[in-house]
This record gives sequence, C-alpha cells and structure tokens, in this order.
Amino acid sequence: MATEQRVMALNGDEAVAWAVKQCNVDFVAAYPITPQTLIVERFSEFVANGEVKTEFVAVESEHSALSACIGAAAVGARAFTATAANGLALMWEIVYIASSLRLPIVMAIVNRALSGPICIHCDHGDSMGCRDAGWIQIYCEDSQEVYDTIIQAFRIGEHPKVQLPVMVMLDGFVLSHTLQNVSLLPDEVVRQFVGYRKPVEIEVPYLGKVPMILDPDNPLTFGPLDLYDYYFEHKMQQHEAMKNARPVIKQVNEEYYKISGRKYGDGFIDCYGVEDADVATIVLGSTAGTVRSVVKKLREKGYKVGVVRLRTFRPFPAEEIIEALKHVKVIGVLDRSGPFGGFGAPVFLETRAAFYDQADRPIIVNYVYGLGGRDMHPGLIKQVYDDLLKILETRRVERIVKFIGVRE
Amino acid sequence: MSELKSWREVPIAGVCWKLSTEFKTGDWRTFRPVIDQEKCVKCLTCWIYCPDGAVEWNGERVDINYEYCKGCGICANECPVKAIKMVLE
Repeated sequence: MATEQRVMALNGDEAVAWAVKQCNVDFVAAYPITPQTLIVERFSEFVANGEVKTEFVAVESEHSALSACIGAAAVGARAFTATAANGLALMWEIVYIASSLRLPIVMAIVNRALSGPICIHCDHGDSMGCRDAGWIQIYCEDSQEVYDTIIQAFRIGEHPKVQLPVMVMLDGFVLSHTLQNVSLLPDEVVRQFVGYRKPVEIEVPYLGKVPMILDPDNPLTFGPLDLYDYYFEHKMQQHEAMKNARPVIKQVNEEYYKISGRKYGDGFIDCYGVEDADVATIVLGSTAGTVRSVVKKLREKGYKVGVVRLRTFRPFPAEEIIEALKHVKVIGVLDRSGPFGGFGAPVFLETRAAFYDQADRPIIVNYVYGLGGRDMHPGLIKQVYDDLLKILETRRVERIVKFIGVRE
Repeated sequence: MSELKSWREVPIAGVCWKLSTEFKTGDWRTFRPVIDQEKCVKCLTCWIYCPDGAVEWNGERVDINYEYCKGCGICANECPVKAIKMVLE
C-alpha cells in the first residue's frame, strides 16, 4: 500500500530540487540558466541549511558542470546536474563522454528553445539534439511526474546492467515555473527506494575483480585512446546497455507504484482512448494534458480518437507503440522541435520507421508545433484532430509534415 | 598484437585491461634528455615537472627511464642548473 504523503505547492524546478534532496545525492555541480535556475537555487538552499550532505560545486560553465559530475561519478559518487538549451549545447562534448564512460549521472533538462534568435521559452530542440548521445531520455508531463521520475532515474541509470546517464525532461515555464500540488514521499521511503550508489565490478587481469571506480589502491585507466580496433566494441556495449534499460524502466515504474501509488503507463507510453480509436496522436511532455482534454471532448461527441503520451524517448519503445496503435488507421505525431532539412521531426521519424514492417500500416503524418514556446491551445489541437479525421475519411494526405500555430 | 576480443569480453566504458605501464612509450622520442651528473644538484625539479613520471630518484641520483620518456624536454627547460641536455636520437 502506498505510504502517507505530504502535499506541497511546487513548481517543476522545485519538484526536481526536492527529489534530489531525498535521493542521497553525493555531488551536485551546476551553472544557472533560465528556466533551470530555480532547481539549483533551491538545492543550494538545502545545502546551506545543512539539510543535505551533498558536495555542491558552483562551477563557471555547463561544460565544467558535467565534467565535474563525471569526475565525481568516476570515484563512485552519485552525481546530479541540471541545465537547459544553450547550457546543454555548451556541455555537448561532455554529454557523450558521460555516456561512453558509463557513468549513471542524472541530469534534469528544462526544455528551452535554442538560440537564435535568443528565446527562453519551451521547445524540445535542445534535448532532441542529443537524442543519440547515449543517454536515457524521459519526458515528463507534470511536476508530480518530474518529482517521481528524478527518483526513478537514479534506480534506472545505476542498475548494474544499465550503467547509463539519464536525462529527465520538463517543459520550460509550462512546468518549471508553474505551481502544482505535488505529493512528496517521506524522506526515508525515498532513501530506501534509491539506496546508495553501488559501483559495478570490473575484471582486469592485473587486479582481478574490483569496483569500477578511480581508486589509487586499485588503479584503473579511464578514458584512454580507443581507435578502430576497439571503439566499435565499446559502442556496441552502449547499445546493449540501452536494450537492457527497457525491462528496468518498466520494473522501476512498477516498484515505484508500490511505494507511491503512482505510475506512468508502462514506463514508456501512457495511452488514453486508444483502445477503440481510428485516429490517434503521439505527443511528448506537458502538451499531453491539453491533448487529452480535447480527446475527451471529441470522444463525448462520438469520435473514435485517442492519444499516446510518449514518456521514454530513449530507448525508443517501438514495440509498445505498435502494440498500442496496431488497429489505428491514422496517426498524427506531434513534435516540438524543428525538422530543418529532414523528412520530418524526430518523434515522427522514429514512429514512421517503427511501423514500416507492419503489413497493415497506418497513415502517419507529422505536426510540428510550439517552437519557442508558441502556445499549443485546445483550438490548435482540435485542428489537428479535424485534419486527421479528414485524412481518415478521404485517405488522402496533402502534406506529410505540417506546421501548427505558425502565421502563414 | 594478441587476438582481438569481442564486445562481450572487454570491460565496459573503455577501461583498460592492462596497466598503463605495459605500454612502453619511449620509442615516440626524437630527443633524449641526458643528465650531467656532475652538474645535477638533486633538486628534483625535473622529477616534479615530468608529465609521464619518467624521471626516477633512488635517493642518491636522478635518472631518466628511457622506456617511458617521450622526449618532451620539459625537464631540460626547467632544470635550474642546466644539467639536462636534449640529444637527438
């Protein structure tokens, strides 16, 4: 049975800070950037008040923030950082190094449009840019899920068969700066759930089995030159780790349900109204709530429509999406990042590719929306469903990729 | 080179399964540092500065380990009494 919980009015950033506070985090390094700033501000207050024992380092850039987390994680610490947009862009080379060194760092990304022109509002262009960097990526719908997912992220990334860093995404301002009632588990319940980080063991001939950490008594070499003879093998291991993450994400979602009474679909996707639907959309993040309310109204009018909220984007849940939507005839994929020069935007491309081998595959179209924080209000979502219902009726697609909410 | 291992066999994260000392890097060298033991005042400045730990001190004299010295010349540059000369290999 779920534990008794304390309800607090928190915005998404504060929900991150509270979760990190309860997760026995040894090390935090961060640099402020809107709309991530509140995470680190709140957390530094916890440090200053002595409420956590975390080593907190105020670094001079995001490149240094993630580098410092790598150093800490390499000696066995549990490390956390947070950033957004241009901050993530400045981290770029280190993002890949964290995943290839197999360090289970957790990083909150407060989704914000990348410059230029400079814009502080939400779109997913920042985290989508590093979708192939070897990090697990989980997109949250509300601040409650943000709190819950940060806690889950440590368990997922630190699983012995995974050992990968995890990005937890929350939409800038829509979630980061909007108050919501968030149920917090008691400290000891979270602490018990996440435990302390246990580095995996590694076997090297000159030492035998030792913990995979930097330790002068058991010297290991991290990050050496790795050329055409072994680089590919190490990339295969990362690919395998992503595969191993699939059951772990589901299992942690279920285990977390037992302590909190909350779970998010199967950990990968969260469906609404799709069981009997002819038409469905796939959407990430906070927009899902608005889409669901539109779907509810349309269903009340008798339309067979549904929505799949995609929670985990890496690893991509192709099988789960196909299973959920195998009977659907028209799918609209909503992407909050630009497809410049591509056939479509990222979620659309993955979805369409996943369905290619299905004998009776649906029509799949792409709607790009909300760039730079442009509001995706119910009226626009209604337009998307009207368009999809028209495609269902006529079986004709005018344009595969459409831009919703931009002035023509 | 020994037989190449599969991705299932090698340690994750690119961690080396051999000690770094097994990789002899002395043959990278173009210039070799030669210490004039008469001039050397045993201040160990070279020992501190060597980026590869190739300067050895046995309590009595300073020597260069040519199995690892890459010949960068930092020791010669830093030596306060100019006791180290870089000699073409």
